[in-house]
Formats: sequence, C-alpha cells, structure tokens
Amino acid sequence: MSEFTYLYRGRDTTASPEQRQKHLQKWVAWFKELGAQGQLKELGHPLEVTGMVVKGNQKIVTDGPYAEAKDVVGGYSLIEAKDLAHAVEISKGCPILEVGGSVEVRPIMQINM
Amino acid sequence: MEPGDHLFRRESGRMVAALTRVFGVHNLALAEDVVQDAFCRALEVWRIRGMPENPSAWLIATAKNGALDVLRRQRTARTFAPELSRFLRSEWTLAPVLEELFAANAIKDDLLRMMFSCCHPRLPEPAQVALVLHILCGFSLDEIASAFVSSHAATERRLTRAKKVLAGSKRLFDVTAPADFSARLPAVHRALYLLFNEGYHGASAETAVRAELCREAMRLAALLLEHPFGSTPATCALAALMCLDAARLPARVDASGNLISLLDQDRSQWDQELIVEGLKFLELSAKGPELTQYHVEAAIAAIHASARRIEDTDWATIVSLYDTLMTMRPSPVVALNRAIAVAQNEGPERGLEEIGSISNRDRLAAYPFYAAALGELELRRGRCQTAGAHFRAALALARNPMERRFLDRRLSACERGDTRRAYYERFWDGRLGSFANSDPHPSRISPDSPAFSRE
Repeated sequence: MSEFTYLYRGRDTTASPEQRQKHLQKWVAWFKELGAQGQLKELGHPLEVTGMVVKGNQKIVTDGPYAEAKDVVGGYSLIEAKDLAHAVEISKGCPILEVGGSVEVRPIMQINM
Repeated sequence: MEPGDHLFRRESGRMVAALTRVFGVHNLALAEDVVQDAFCRALEVWRIRGMPENPSAWLIATAKNGALDVLRRQRTARTFAPELSRFLRSEWTLAPVLEELFAANAIKDDLLRMMFSCCHPRLPEPAQVALVLHILCGFSLDEIASAFVSSHAATERRLTRAKKVLAGSKRLFDVTAPADFSARLPAVHRALYLLFNEGYHGASAETAVRAELCREAMRLAALLLEHPFGSTPATCALAALMCLDAARLPARVDASGNLISLLDQDRSQWDQELIVEGLKFLELSAKGPELTQYHVEAAIAAIHASARRIEDTDWATIVSLYDTLMTMRPSPVVALNRAIAVAQNEGPERGLEEIGSISNRDRLAAYPFYAAALGELELRRGRCQTAGAHFRAALALARNPMERRFLDRRLSACERGDTRRAYYERFWDGRLGSFANSDPHPSRISPDSPAFSRE
C-alpha cells in the first residue's frame, strides 16, 4: 500500500443552504465509506482561504495565494491505496467533483534513507 | 453528528437577519455575502472534521466574526446601521455590542424585524412572500421558482426588485412601536397565509417541497405568537387554520404520490396533535371583537377536522361560513368552495346552480379544479358524458403529474359510469385571491395581483 494526499480544490460560493446541507451529507458518507474500506489514513485538515505568499530574494509578501474561488485549496486528507491509479479511482467518489471542484491526487514520496 | 432537517436553511435566515440588523438594511447584499462566506467555511471545516456539537452556534459565531471583520475593514468606507453606529465605530464597544446582537434572543427579534420589513407596503404580495422565503427561510432563487412553478427569469426579476425596495427603505421595521406593529401585522398575516396556501394547494409537483412551505409558514407564525404584540386573536386564528389544514397533509397524498380527496381520506391518518393544537388556537382566537377571514376559514377547517366520517360533516354550517367569507373577501374561488358545500348539503343540481351564478366565473377558466368541480357534480347526477368532457378540460389545465393522475382517475370513473361521489377539497388558487377589485388604483397593492404567476 502507498500513501497519497488528496488536495480539495474549489469553493462553491453560490450554492443554496439546502444544497450545501445535502452536499455535506455526501462528504460524511464518502469518508465513512473510505474509512470502512481502510483507505482513509487521516482525515487531514481544512485550510484557511486567506494566507500570505512570501516570494523571492526580496521576500515580497502578498495576499494569497488564491485570487479565484475555483483555485482555492480548502483542505486535504491522507489516503492509502495500492497505486496511483487506484488512488485516482477512489478520488472519483469525492463529492467536490459534483459542485465544480477538483481533487489533486499526489503520491507521498517513499524514501529509504 | 447529523445536521437536523433544513438546519442550513434556518440558520441562513437567522444569520441574514442578525447581520442586516448590524450592517443596516441598505447593506442587505453585504449581509448575504457574509452568510455565503460563513457557509463556505462551515462546509470546508465540517466536511473534513465532522459537524460540531452545536452547528447553529458555530455558524452564528462564524457570521459574527465575519461581521467583526467587515466592520473593522470598512468602518470608514461604509455606513452601517445608523442607530448602532456609535457603538460600532469604537473598538471599546464593538466586540461586546456584537456579542449582544448575536445572542439567541436578539436574533429572534431580528427575524421578526425582517419579517415585517419584507412585508413592505410598496411591495406586491407575491414579492413579499418571495422575499420572506428567500431571506428568512433560506430558499434560493431556483428553489423559489420551482416551488411556485415560475421561471428562473421571472423569479429573479421579482426578487431583485423586491430586494431593491427593501434595501432602499431607510431602516428595518421597528418592532417595538405598538402602533406601527399592529398596522403592519395584517400584511404579515397575509404573506404567511399565502405562503401556507401555496404549500397546501399550490402547483408544485413535489409533495415534500409543498409540505416544507407549509412548515415554514407555521414556523414564522409561531415566531409571531411568541411576541407580545404579535399574539393577537387574528394571529391565533391564522395559526389555527394552519394547524387544522396541516393536520390533513399526511392523508392527502398516498404512498405513490396520488392526491386523495377529502371524501376518500383515511381520517385516522390525520394528525391528532395538530388538530388539538388548532382547536386550542381557534379558542384563543375568539377573544376580542375582531373577525378575520382566518377566523372563518379556521372554523371551516375545524368542522372538517372534528367530523369522524365524511357523513358527519356539518355542511349547512360550512355553507353559512362561506357566506360570511364571501362578505369579507369575495372571490370566485370562495364562491366555488361554497357551491361545492351546497352540493354536499342539497345535492349536485343545487351545486351546479350555485356554480352557474358565480359572478366573474370566467376568472376560474384556467383553474383545473373549476372544470373538475363541474365534472364531479355532473357525474354525481349520472351524466357521465358531460362529466367526462369537464374532466378532459380539467386535464388539459393540470399543472403537475399529481393533478394529472388524479384527474385521469376521475375521467376513468366517468368512463366506467362509476357515479360514487368522490371528490371534495377546498379550492385555492393564489392567482384568484379576490375579484372584488378591478383595481382602479394601480399603485395600491392588489390582493388580485397574479400571485406566483406562471410566466
């Protein structure tokens, strides 16, 4: 088994309260299913939308990193899967895909030092 | 933890109401933005970390922090609620004042303030109802459009205009002034009544949506009842009407979504608790000299509710109650209801006679249950062919699959020659509120205005 992070990207700023509540229930169900199948290594953490970016030798600090709601990474989780293809397959059940968001699947490097 | 039914929607109303109180009604759009942000944040946290112990408190606290943020950032650029401005300007008072404004009791008053503000006399009734649903009940534009079987564009126009009027009013309605309160109260009653009826009799195909509209109307009526100026006999009468009608909801549609007429309903399915509550409100409504249409309609509903079998229904009293209603709020739909009650009491011929003498009958032409009522009475007197023609006409006007299936069944009863009486239900069509006024003053709000027009 290998480990992966899922980065949840995109923020739905127009949904109605009722849609959001239904959407939340889908997340609960999805994580429950992942947990039951032993694929959820760690729920992970939500990330604040606001932050700062420090850049370059001059250490220029700007607001950021996201100018647009669709680019916002709103959180991440740690997943266990056989390989990248399997991790991608599992990610297809993520409810964020139903509201215009995306999941970035990134293998955590396996390093033997 | 599972969120309660429609928790998000309810909290949306509370948050918008509280934020608008702080920001001022002219900043309604800003309040809505802060609420959207609070929801986004809640979703981002809850989807990963799960629901908190008290999700309402979490959301309200998030909205409060959002307000703090906005107030600090935009203190110089914007004006906020004028009556609070001196508290909001100073860092010394800002946080404690917000703490107070977001306390549960304060928010209850905010909801009432908003309810009365939405029923602004410059707004036509359908717009008032749409605003109430949108702001206080958290329905989105599309959800309102679908509940009222109206187009997205039409609902958007209505809502945008209504919000503009609301945001343009100097301040939120002052619920602490008794004279203003009682002057606006009838408009609030009317809006809740329309909301309830759109749920009970409306055109939406989804039973669940419609039950939700009824429930929202009852929830808002309960808020009125809690307020010392709000719990008038008329409010009690309205609450009685809602309880007694809502009690029949479980029996009104069968498991496969078919409409069941009052004559065929399994009365053991009626909600006895709601009936008891309704009768209690009806008793409370009898205090004082005022007699409103809600009193009369609640009395009619009470007669139905207390008849164990359809045969036990006191139709004579119902007819006389409709007579009273006709003097208070004449409309072709009320007249149609009355005619059907007459038919129950004195036979189908008399009912048809009564229908024939309804003035402004032409206004009923597009209402499917007008043709259906004619069909029903013809069927009862054994004229199956004539009845069938009426039901076919009704079918062509049906507004959703549920109505279509119902009328289809009635049509096949005609074709089988099955003349058993089968049909009685109170009629309602928001568009047909009253025919008394072919309004000479277009600026006046007409109860006649095409409620929830199907554009």
